[in-house]
Amino acid sequence: MQIIFFLLAATALISGIMVVIQVNPVRSALFLVLNFFALAAIYLLANAQFIAAIQIIVYAGAIMVLFLFVIMLLNLRQPEEGGAHRHLGQKIFGSFLATAVIALVIYKVFRMVVPPAKPLTPDFGSTEMVAKSLFTDYLLPFEMTSILLLVAVVGAVILARSKVE
Amino acid sequence: MEIPISYYLVLSSALFAIGAVGVLIRRNAIIIFMCIEMMLNAVNLSLIAFSDLHRSIDGQMLVFFVMVVAAAEVAVGLALIYVIFRNKGNIYVDELNIMKW
Repeated sequence: MQIIFFLLAATALISGIMVVIQVNPVRSALFLVLNFFALAAIYLLANAQFIAAIQIIVYAGAIMVLFLFVIMLLNLRQPEEGGAHRHLGQKIFGSFLATAVIALVIYKVFRMVVPPAKPLTPDFGSTEMVAKSLFTDYLLPFEMTSILLLVAVVGAVILARSKVE
Repeated sequence: MEIPISYYLVLSSALFAIGAVGVLIRRNAIIIFMCIEMMLNAVNLSLIAFSDLHRSIDGQMLVFFVMVVAAAEVAVGLALIYVIFRNKGNIYVDELNIMKW
């Protein structure tokens, strides 16, 4: 179990780093898809089957297709980096801050007192249990997300429509 | 057998830091957007790990809503990037200074 977790974590981290260092946006997007798949498998290990399925359908499917569509629609010709040493100071400073964040989290996490895990019920994380919670305790937020999605769709259409009336 | 929660949290913080570095050092607005998605996913991983630790479904519900908001955000954000590209001809964030006074 832990070996699978370490393999998936290594996949997620390496593909995440590749997203940042690839010059070509299409390759970045494809590495991000790999990152999402690795995270979906980790969600399965953490007893979140429904969320893992949603992760693949919504993130790796819908959102990344949207990204690839826009990348290919824009068709950027000039390369991004004007020389490898451009903004080198910012890159070093940003990487230093990121390392500091990771070090701080590791320092606090391994001093944390973890309560013992409760026994696992067989339906934990299943679609049925998520749906029951979604349509009882979280009914109002669920309905509000539908309004949010409607607003997002209308906003995207108004922003991206052509100027010709 | 069970994976300790500290492993999840370290992986989550590492992914968040990689995403933050991407936002800081890249100039292409689309890649900055992808790095924001990666940071959202890192937070989702923490939520699911704690949800598993406490055997409570509430963390997974929050992940569900984060995903919905991320989908809406991507639709509007990519439309904005498309409009900027149509007006300015590129989407490199250090060449966009129309808001600078």
